[in-house]
Amino acid sequence: MREIALGQYYQTSSIVHSTDARVKLLISIAYLVMVFFVETYIGFGVLAVCFLLTVFASRVPLFKVLKSLKVILFLAFFTFLMTMLFYGGAKKTVVWEWWIIKIYEGQLYACGLVLLRLVFLVLGPTMLTFTTTPVELTDGLEWLLKPLALIGIPIHSGALVMSMTLRIIPNLIDETDRIINAQKSRCADFDSRNIFKRAKAMIPILVPLIASSFRKADELADAMDSRCFVGAKNRTRMRKLRFTWRDPIALILFAAEFTVILWLKFNFFPFVDLSTVGWIV
Amino acid sequence: MSLIEFDNVTFSYRAGLRPAIKNLSFTLESGETLALIGHNGSGKSTLARLCNGLLIPDKGEVRVDGQSTRGKNVFDIRRKVGVVFQNPDNQTVATIIEDDVAFGPENLGLKSEEIRKRVDDALESVGMLGYAKRDPFRLSGGQKQRVAIAGVLALKPRVMILDESTAMLDPLSRREVMEVVYDLVRKENMSLITITHFTEEALEADKVLVLDGGEKYMEGGREVFLKSKELASIGLTAPTAVRVADALRAKGLDVARDVLYDEDLVKALCR
Ligand SMILES: Nc1ncnc2c1ncn2[C@@H]1O[C@H](COP(=O)(O)OP(=O)(O)OP(=O)(O)O)[C@@H](O)[C@H]1O
Ligand SMILES: [Mg+2]
Repeated sequence: MREIALGQYYQTSSIVHSTDARVKLLISIAYLVMVFFVETYIGFGVLAVCFLLTVFASRVPLFKVLKSLKVILFLAFFTFLMTMLFYGGAKKTVVWEWWIIKIYEGQLYACGLVLLRLVFLVLGPTMLTFTTTPVELTDGLEWLLKPLALIGIPIHSGALVMSMTLRIIPNLIDETDRIINAQKSRCADFDSRNIFKRAKAMIPILVPLIASSFRKADELADAMDSRCFVGAKNRTRMRKLRFTWRDPIALILFAAEFTVILWLKFNFFPFVDLSTVGWIV
Repeated sequence: MSLIEFDNVTFSYRAGLRPAIKNLSFTLESGETLALIGHNGSGKSTLARLCNGLLIPDKGEVRVDGQSTRGKNVFDIRRKVGVVFQNPDNQTVATIIEDDVAFGPENLGLKSEEIRKRVDDALESVGMLGYAKRDPFRLSGGQKQRVAIAGVLALKPRVMILDESTAMLDPLSRREVMEVVYDLVRKENMSLITITHFTEEALEADKVLVLDGGEKYMEGGREVFLKSKELASIGLTAPTAVRVADALRAKGLDVARDVLYDEDLVKALCR
């Protein structure tokens, strides 16, 4: 169960890992925007190529990255179902037919695009957390949010809260596993086909889970106090964020990708008219 | 001036509750090692929390290097008194080992290079430098404990308190970790309070304090462990060598009175 935890860092040294966290954060945010501009299969092809190159450069095993897609398995299935049910596009060519169910070509086409968008929306942030430690991530976020400090928002504490949250999630997942197993050994029924029975079996998990998280939080607070914690404000950092030669390169490469995507969408270079090339759309 | 001084301390968690620590006085000098033993609920962890100002006594006073924990300078006190708690999972603040160890020095407001050096030194001395970039949750219990110890070492405290920090380890790792700790303490001229159920582990320390129901039951040097009857009456077992010697004596054998360690026993028998 731990495997699906957010914020998993894959330790290795690579150009992607040593790129500044702030740059990676900015790129990731812009990437999410970019994904929404992609409306064609060729566009996703461009994304896929760039993505594979990034994964390759980061030295994270591809299967590890793809594993993160497990999280959206249910969502993907749901999306598939919805597009199949409520498809409103052209209903010309039937690809598959059974009883009253008909699947049209246009339907598959549209559904594929939605699923691809979902996949790439997950893959981007995954690469960010695989190649950036939570501390760098929160430090980067803290830096990007600096303007907010001017209007009195406590960003230092906010960033610390965020990193503590990231730290505690795997702990809570473990704890949930442990409680589930404990209840199972007392014959609680989590595998029942009956969804109500299953929901009811969840209650004896939630109560001890909440109780134990409070106890853990208490112990953690004591441990932090014991290690001279007096507030997030006057802390210094071991690792300072530093821009290097990698950062402009990363930005330029990403800008190139974004330009291609925008070009595919808006066709703003009149000398190559995309609409004449049939296979692109 | 003693490093840690308990002056007739009484503390209870809630008013009306039986005090967890009652009229306790003892001192710990600089460079001294003290073993604190007692069965469950005897007030050992409470004592540890009183030492660094996490808890404040109801009556009496706890002084660290002359400063009362009641004062405004808890920060100074916590710099000097490093506490390692029992469960390492609930003490890790970061998801990378070196970031976790850096947490203390970062709170002290040190410069980045100085923090780096302290973190590397601390990890080196507990033999975990090779794991610096790993996830602390994927370590074995003993390794987690070492990281927790490194986290406190990086603060360069004057005294380290280990609250049953080895209780979850198998005998071999326990001995390993304790050896690391005692080596460090001697090398850095730190003081140490180890809290433990295991009388064998406590044999290493210069001084022994036995608690029972929040009160001082016995205090002294290692010879405290020779009193196996008194220890047994509050649910503690004396070291194996002492018990064997007692049993042999009961059978009429003439065994020396000061047998504490296994080697002593061997010597006494092969005489
Ligand atoms: N947070 C708390 N609130 C109320 N009572 C507490 C609290 N913590 C401990 N106590 C009580 O104080 C007494 C001493 O507890 P303490 O944790 O110091 O014992 P201990 O010697 O460390 O035991 P153990 O060997 O089990 O760790 C016990 O009777 C315990 O029930
Ligand atoms: Mg305790």
